Amino acid sequence: MSPLRTYFHNISHSLATVVIGMKITFKHLFVPSVTIQYPDVKMKLPERARNRLYVNIDDCIGCDQCSMACPVDCITIETIKATPDQDLGVTSTGNKKRLHLPTFDIDIAKCCYCGLCVYPCPTECIVMTDVYEFSEFDRKNLIYNFSRMTSAEIDVAKEKARKAEEEAVAKKAAAAAAAKAAAPAVPAGATTPPAPPPPPKPELPPTPPTANT
Amino acid sequence: METIEAVLSNQIVLSVILSALPLVFILVYALVTLYMEMKVAAHIQDRVAYMRTGWHGVLQPFADIFKLLQKEDIIAAKADRFMFLLAPYIVFMGTYAGFAVIPFSSVYIGSNINLGAFFLVAASSLVVIGILMGGWASNNKWSIFGGMRSAAQMISYEIPTALAIVIATMITGSLNLQEVTKFQEGGIQNWLIFGGPLPMLQKILLIPFTLITFLILFTASLAEVNRTPFDLPEAESELVQGFNTEYSGMRFAMFYLAEYANMFLVSAVVVSLFLGGWSSPFGSFLSGPVWGIFWFVMKGMFFVFLQIWIRWTLPRLRVDQLMYTSWKVLTPFLFVCIFAIGLILVI
Repeated sequence: MSPLRTYFHNISHSLATVVIGMKITFKHLFVPSVTIQYPDVKMKLPERARNRLYVNIDDCIGCDQCSMACPVDCITIETIKATPDQDLGVTSTGNKKRLHLPTFDIDIAKCCYCGLCVYPCPTECIVMTDVYEFSEFDRKNLIYNFSRMTSAEIDVAKEKARKAEEEAVAKKAAAAAAAKAAAPAVPAGATTPPAPPPPPKPELPPTPPTANT
Repeated sequence: METIEAVLSNQIVLSVILSALPLVFILVYALVTLYMEMKVAAHIQDRVAYMRTGWHGVLQPFADIFKLLQKEDIIAAKADRFMFLLAPYIVFMGTYAGFAVIPFSSVYIGSNINLGAFFLVAASSLVVIGILMGGWASNNKWSIFGGMRSAAQMISYEIPTALAIVIATMITGSLNLQEVTKFQEGGIQNWLIFGGPLPMLQKILLIPFTLITFLILFTASLAEVNRTPFDLPEAESELVQGFNTEYSGMRFAMFYLAEYANMFLVSAVVVSLFLGGWSSPFGSFLSGPVWGIFWFVMKGMFFVFLQIWIRWTLPRLRVDQLMYTSWKVLTPFLFVCIFAIGLILVI
């Protein structure tokens, strides 16, 4: 093309393309918007979306597997053994609960939403919910306490567990003593020789009073 | 009542009131345009823009203004303090001076001077000084780039603007925008874009040239107000807002207000010169001083809408393309138009 033709072609082409572009944008002026009004309207989450953790504490048996699976250590669990006279009931899956749960804390600020804690749970009591709006002004508020035990209950449980343990220890000691007592009792009549008298202590020279210089 | 009449009959008071009328208009118009710009932008991009402040977010412009009022007026430590503080006012002054010769209605024009259009071109050049001043005084390389670009661009595009005004003057025989508008009275067929109220043969011959002139004037006016696709002085992505990078609070708002006022000013010039100004498109139907204001503002707002529409359609030009458009396309075309129209008018 000659330079003059190119010149006019460029002008007409640019004018035509401007008109095409403006037609497209004008059409979009009347297209319904693709965005949604977020806090009022929410997008449907995928079925397996991972968001805030929830623990159904009634089903928890305190096995600590979720805490061990957590890669960022955001789950803290403390347990107290239940004494035989306490019946903690069974979980909805039928497992017997043997442990008190004075502490079941999840620091959701640390949580990385990997979902690794969900899989090992034998009673399926720790789950990912679809709640994703839980921002807080204070980071401490992001530590969720799932345990429902009051401090008084915890003290009682601790006391009982301590007593039970002491009893167990005492029993063990008694059993051991009994066993000890029983073991030499087998060769009856044999008397143990009297213990030799302790060697006389060497007499230490009286320490001289330290002179204060 | 008598005192009010006495006060109003005072020449000074009257002229102060009359000269403040466009300011009232600009302030209301700026709020409307602020809202319109955001809404049009959003809908072109398939969004919805403000929805939460009032019905469909109509109160958002007020919220924006109050936000800007409350902001700290930051002056950069290395800035040229005096010029930095002065620049926004000069920009707004240059724009507002232009409104003096705009005929809003058959009975209202700020200053009915013979050299109206000429004065307008001269006054709007003041905006360049303000922008360059702001860019220079900010002592920031992006700002100075923005200011320089603005100066280069505005000086280049004043030539097509002035030439287009010359063409309108050739046909109407006046530089006074009020008389240019009166010349086009009497319905849509008398508008200058359709050849004006001339004999049939001349009119038909004129139409292609006046149409081209109109298009060129509109294009040049886009560059005059630094709007996309000619928004090089404030290119956000390259120059971080260019000359107004360092401005904050009310001074930034002044630049903004001046830009919006300028948008209407150039639209008003296009409307007055080629689209019959305040005259009704239906001849004597719906015409009169008050309807005149209505038609004038409607036509002006249509062009403001067009500017917004173009802004969200076209990408920004490169600097060399900008100069190419002005010097190699618009100016030669206008010279041809001047020659042809002169010939037709002589016949």
